[in-house]
Amino acid sequence: MTAIGKPLDRVDGLLKVTGQARYAGEFPEQGLLHGSVVSSSIAKGRVIKIDASRALALPGVVEVIHHLNRPKIASYDDAFQDADAADGSPFRPLYNDRVLYSGQPLALVIADNLELARHAGSLVEIEYATEAFETDLAAVQEQAHPSPQTPPGPRGNFQAEWAGAAISLDLRYSTPVEHHNPMEPHASTVLYQADGTLHIHDKTQGPQNCQAYVQKVFGLDKSQVRIFAAFVGGAFGSGLRPQYQLPLAVMASLALKRSVRVTLTRQQMFTFGYRPRTLQRLQMGAAANGRLLALGHTAIGQTSRFEDFSEHVVEWSGMLYHCDNVQLTYKLAPLDVFTPLDMRAPGAALGVIGLECAMDELACALAIDPVQLRLINYAERNQNEDKPWSSKALRECYSEGAERFGWSQRNPEPRSMRDGRQLIGWGMAGGVWEAMQMKASAKARIDAHGKLTVSSATTDIGTGTYTVMTQIAAQASGVSVDDVTFVLGDSSLPTAPLQGGSFTVSSVGTAVQQACEALADKLLEVARQTYPVFKDAESVRFEEGQLHTGDVSVSLAQLVKDSGQDAMEVQVDSEPDKKRESYATATHSAVFVEVRVDEDLGTIKVSRVVSAIAAGRVVNPKMARSQILGGVVWGVGMALHEETQIDHHLGRYMNHSLAEYHIPVNADIGEIDVVFVEEHDEIVNALGSKGVGEIGIVGVAAAVANAIYHATGKRVREFPITLDKVL
Amino acid sequence: MSATPNGAADQPFVSHSIRLSLNGQERQLDVLPWTTLLDLLREQLDLVGSKKGCDHGQCGACTVLRDGKRINACLTLAVMCDGAELTTIEGLATGDQLHPMQQAFIKHDAFQCGYCTPGQICSAVGLVNEGRAHDSAQIQELMSGNLCRCGAYNNIRDAVQEVLGGEQ
Repeated sequence: MTAIGKPLDRVDGLLKVTGQARYAGEFPEQGLLHGSVVSSSIAKGRVIKIDASRALALPGVVEVIHHLNRPKIASYDDAFQDADAADGSPFRPLYNDRVLYSGQPLALVIADNLELARHAGSLVEIEYATEAFETDLAAVQEQAHPSPQTPPGPRGNFQAEWAGAAISLDLRYSTPVEHHNPMEPHASTVLYQADGTLHIHDKTQGPQNCQAYVQKVFGLDKSQVRIFAAFVGGAFGSGLRPQYQLPLAVMASLALKRSVRVTLTRQQMFTFGYRPRTLQRLQMGAAANGRLLALGHTAIGQTSRFEDFSEHVVEWSGMLYHCDNVQLTYKLAPLDVFTPLDMRAPGAALGVIGLECAMDELACALAIDPVQLRLINYAERNQNEDKPWSSKALRECYSEGAERFGWSQRNPEPRSMRDGRQLIGWGMAGGVWEAMQMKASAKARIDAHGKLTVSSATTDIGTGTYTVMTQIAAQASGVSVDDVTFVLGDSSLPTAPLQGGSFTVSSVGTAVQQACEALADKLLEVARQTYPVFKDAESVRFEEGQLHTGDVSVSLAQLVKDSGQDAMEVQVDSEPDKKRESYATATHSAVFVEVRVDEDLGTIKVSRVVSAIAAGRVVNPKMARSQILGGVVWGVGMALHEETQIDHHLGRYMNHSLAEYHIPVNADIGEIDVVFVEEHDEIVNALGSKGVGEIGIVGVAAAVANAIYHATGKRVREFPITLDKVL
Repeated sequence: MSATPNGAADQPFVSHSIRLSLNGQERQLDVLPWTTLLDLLREQLDLVGSKKGCDHGQCGACTVLRDGKRINACLTLAVMCDGAELTTIEGLATGDQLHPMQQAFIKHDAFQCGYCTPGQICSAVGLVNEGRAHDSAQIQELMSGNLCRCGAYNNIRDAVQEVLGGEQ
């Protein structure tokens, strides 16, 4: 069987190209009510008065819910803590009169239709008592405190080695606030059932995470809440925590005993989690031959006053290169803003900018080719954990990527390559992301027609989960791909972790594989009991819906009938194999970028990218390539476009729209060549597959920045690199 | 188009009756003057294939075809569509036979989450109708009103190019 490794088209493709795929805010019901959120216009203070009389006077406006009249919700932090919660005291929507950030939801208007709800929202008058606030990370960086999630401790003697090195660099980089902005705004449709239970279609990366949240916050029984998420219109981390439209819609539904939908506006998509602004310092000491002698990486990230959001920003600097004297420091500075949130390759997308730009600066200082410098300092072990890698084909990424790109033709001199008035620059960077595995469960069921249904409470946020799980199930069971259905996006299904961190194939895929293998064992047992030829058969194989031995075969459908049941099913709970514990596991990449910078206007175009990826076994090359393409596009956005700008006098985002928060458009993206290098890994999991959702973005922004330096001779260390900074 | 008062006499809300062809079907609809075409489709007719990504004409997710031309349904009032021939993503296929653009999008994996996809496909069909795009760079430029946060741009380009190539 070869279902794994085939470029199968998306099994949900037909529903998506015909408009039949329904997303969270698209489930109609007779009498459905519509909620519109009223947001705070101040950054900090108290609500003195909420006057909803003008809104309530409109025919068709049913209710205005706010902190004074909301249904009862939990009063302890642990009820609000979800599976991706940061350290601290989670935000509680409509809890009391405190305003913690600009854009905070303060009221929900519920009306018969969407337009009326929105209009009525504009009539709700709120009186505030404002307080002094701070939203500028740069202004408070000296008061930053160590993150509760501490990076690996220092090794060797960083300070002395750095001070005494032949070349020592001390460089500072900064990255801005960025917002996920999935194309589908966050939405929750709460369908109030006749028995008082709630069926909720929610935009989430974890149906069971949202189920537990609603259950705990509203003091309900688990059986009273069921969350669905069959289709999710992108998330990139924004659906890892329950967002506030969910509890608001539930409040309204419980208060009115009606079905309610709440969809956020695009502007409100800027009023919850985001990628935090960071200030980074890279200190590198090297010998004249290029050996890294000392590496220090300090990062300060912003967080909210109520939670300490931590991510792995600096860890990568202790593991991507061999270095015996390392000091990693990670601090947080609280501001009057909402808590940041994991966003595609959280931490790595930020920290690797500093690390890989600094490596390029070091290569220039040493007059060593940037690829060569990385090879000189190749890490054979993960020194953070002092463990060998389960597999690591980063050398092959460098060599195959360089070959595809034509790197050997590069003139190292900045401003040495041009096409008329276009300065051409070639830059590169490496990338790394953890290959994690979580506990997960799956159920496999085969019926008397030979149709296999496999299920787990995961999601498909565009990553191709429906498709790759179908392939894994087909491979493990011997059922043809066409006869396999994978079911997800329902909290009542077997337990799955959040869909994030590139661990869905590793975690849920392993559970699916094990469930299907266990089902095949049961089918074989039926065959042995039913047919003499299979009784002692040593060599059997499952293929195309049949069980074979020698020239004899029997259909799996027949075996189900032979079992005397309508269907046979197996549910398994899988967990990471113990053998992983002695190894470090990671995906790696090498990214090569060509930019064209207009000498007169400073406009920057990324004309060509080669992304070479080592991620173990690729389950579906078509889907995996798409994941990497998307990661590269995100990296280009980080490098050149994306920045949520805040007016620190108002403590409010200024460019909270898709016209002014620029995400890359089609014309911004040049050629992208994706290479998956061979990498065999029998330790990471039984599939040998490491996941590809994050690795595509890591290193891209640094490679673009390095190419811009090569084109222009100008180092820009403040991201994004807009044209004004290169002129 | 005719106007009739809606609801109680003291309310100034007036709904308008419009006739249009929607995905090949003749429809007569009563719409309020402020209702956008997008809200008409999604909220009143349950044609949710046309997506709302921004409601401000900034993302293209709501792109539909009016008389063969691509428009942003969120920036178009429903009353402006009196007499129009509208095609949404739900009306592109002929029975079980997908439109070539839909087939090309599947073949080239020109989408991931699928939320921008109906708008991308309608926009691409409109682009082919315009006859303005002849090469990859022109496709890129003329498809840049449709955002894709998953970053499927290269595949979208390939899908559109294949259909354009087949037309020429």
